[in-house]
Amino acid sequence: MDLNYTADDLAFRDTVRGYLDANLPQDLQHKVLNHKRLSKEDFVRWHKILAKQGWVGTGWPVEYGGTGWSAVQRHIWEEECARAGTPTILPFGVNMVAPVIMAFGNEAQKRHYLPRILNCDDWWCQGYSEPGSGSDLASLKCRADREGDFYIVNGQKTWTTLGQHADMIFCLVRTDSGGRKQEGISFLLIDMHTPGITVRPIIMLDEDHEVNEVWFDNVKVPVQNLVGEENKGWTYAKYLLGHERTNIAAVGRAKREMEFLKRIAGRQQKNGKPLIDDPLFSTKVASLEIELMALEVTVLRVISMDSAKRGPGPEASMLKVKGTEVQQQLTELMVEAVGPYGMPFDPEYLHGTHEHSTSDDDDAAPLASYYFNFRKTSIYGGSNEIQKNIITQMILGL
Amino acid sequence: MDFSFNQDQQQFSDALRRWIEKDYTFEQRKHIVLSPTGTSDAAWSTLAELGMTALPVPEAQGGFAGTAVDMLVVMQEIGRGLVVEPYFATVLGAQFLKLAGGQESLLEQVATGELKLGCAIGEKQARHDLADIVTTASRNGDGFRLDGTKTVVIHGGQAGMLIVSARSSGGQRDTAGISLFVVPVATAGVTVRDYRTIDSQHAADITFNSVQLPASALLGQEGAGWDILDAAADYGITLLCAEALGAMEALNAATLEYLKTRQQFGVPIGKFQALQHRMADMFMQLEQARSMATLAAVKVGSDDPVERRRTVSAAKARIGQAMKFVGQQAVQLHGGMGVTNELPAAHHFKRLTMIEVTLGDTDHHLARFVAQPGFRQAA
Repeated sequence: MDLNYTADDLAFRDTVRGYLDANLPQDLQHKVLNHKRLSKEDFVRWHKILAKQGWVGTGWPVEYGGTGWSAVQRHIWEEECARAGTPTILPFGVNMVAPVIMAFGNEAQKRHYLPRILNCDDWWCQGYSEPGSGSDLASLKCRADREGDFYIVNGQKTWTTLGQHADMIFCLVRTDSGGRKQEGISFLLIDMHTPGITVRPIIMLDEDHEVNEVWFDNVKVPVQNLVGEENKGWTYAKYLLGHERTNIAAVGRAKREMEFLKRIAGRQQKNGKPLIDDPLFSTKVASLEIELMALEVTVLRVISMDSAKRGPGPEASMLKVKGTEVQQQLTELMVEAVGPYGMPFDPEYLHGTHEHSTSDDDDAAPLASYYFNFRKTSIYGGSNEIQKNIITQMILGL
Repeated sequence: MDFSFNQDQQQFSDALRRWIEKDYTFEQRKHIVLSPTGTSDAAWSTLAELGMTALPVPEAQGGFAGTAVDMLVVMQEIGRGLVVEPYFATVLGAQFLKLAGGQESLLEQVATGELKLGCAIGEKQARHDLADIVTTASRNGDGFRLDGTKTVVIHGGQAGMLIVSARSSGGQRDTAGISLFVVPVATAGVTVRDYRTIDSQHAADITFNSVQLPASALLGQEGAGWDILDAAADYGITLLCAEALGAMEALNAATLEYLKTRQQFGVPIGKFQALQHRMADMFMQLEQARSMATLAAVKVGSDDPVERRRTVSAAKARIGQAMKFVGQQAVQLHGGMGVTNELPAAHHFKRLTMIEVTLGDTDHHLARFVAQPGFRQAA
């Protein structure tokens, strides 16, 4: 039993911390630390900065241009990025489609797509959910019919995060309706600029345009864009879901937000005293901080199992449930902390068009919006109820 | 970073578990619980033979110098096996002796199993505040005179020696002015009222009426006992957290087994999603509790008292929440059987409920966590 990082781990931490100090642009950091909204350019700029350093594929093997870091090193990296306030590297290319291409794609696909993903030459989005297929994903209907050297794709995808910027989409499509629903699914890479694709915005609770509907009307996709074998897509989809999920709990960001919460609760007044000194409020903060302490150790336990090559497996479901609960409670307490000062809504400030919020409280201005945005976390990526089903079946054997 | 237990730790834990499964079964325990002392001399001898009493004692006194992490694996088995022997009280008492120093011969007797200890550190008006002390220790020649009553002293009636906290100066709730003593139970003026607790252990209310103590009975410095008391209590809490972990593991295992075997509507009740998700919640509570029990065991020996208090209070508070959830839901999922006294699960539930009120409950430790310097640092 030794909960300390090794000397090598600590040296690694110093290295990445020094790198982030020197290379994270201040304007991006300011947006992240202040809960402002990031533009496409913001995400791409940070991605390309890291690409130059070779630190995009932190979970990738060295042979594909990855860092080859250990699970502990990846954890340290995520933690340092969160601490510094970097934009995230969007997962759709680097952490979702890339591992599937590495594991099941052909040589031409690997050669073409992987370097472009590392360098953010293509903006990827995910074509999984459909209006009738959410938790029951395998019931999906979006169809791909083979005609010569092409698949003709017809149907609809939804909840497509940042699909309005996308150059590419990886899609689960139905290529066979005969047998079990899981057996007729294929994994297709589709160029978003192909004729017949329509992207329509879905506006969320926080009035932000973060997700979309994507419609396919006789879209011609070259057969060489099929990954692996036809009708084996469900296997690849499950592989994707089981991959790269150790940062699913986002403990680093939660630690940063805990400090933020305490800071604003120290500035808000209740009965002439700082809110953080109110016994009712401070106890809620303490409970949540303790949950986060426990979660951090739980994450490290899962990571150290991963290092011992036993794989994170279904424990990732627990990290997802607990991680999102902590994140949501943080945003809930932030809104509670600022009380009525959370009511003014100022999208121009959130997008960075105005330097300061109209409400004159830049800390409070984004928080209600942030809270509403984070309700998605217990729903996306397999709802927390689906995660409990996974725990039930895979760990408990019920 | 390494979360695994070493070979010695696994051997201690395996040996204890094998003995419990063979010679300290639920049925055998029933007889012990109903005996006059509520404990078993034979079981205590075995615990000593297995090295459990020597484990926390320094090597110089014939012990194995076990760490808090070593004790974690042992206390887990104590909790899983519902052991009602005065082990926790004795190990906690030994921690007082270790922290005070100069008590080599008593520690040697603890190591061999000859000496059982009780910790008389609670009082009627004090609730969870260990500094709230009205028992007095006044100078009497070279020695001291002890007067007052200590309440719910766990296994106080089964102990040979008591660790007693008393006020030698200062106000009722001051941390300054507290002195600690080691007192043989068989001293004139000591009256022990022993009783069974709801979780089938024994405890006692102990009155000290003009008890004359030699100067050598003082542990540490006169009036400066608080640091030892505070640190020893934190050590005791990590023991309880580990015991709770073992009890919760047992409850989860029993509940899962019940969900797989109990049939209603023609299927095992574990096929119903409402019960499945409850069980998944119990699993996650247990894993969060395991993380905190581990963290507390690793940090309880920290040189930084703030880090120690903060981590230990966090652990007791978080495990308090887990114990309540796991205990109540285990009973609920066992249905009618869960509310009988017949299943081990009922006894694990009762033990967990009493661990909650031992050495500070969840609210007490949330408040203590908030009170540590640094909680408001960001503000």
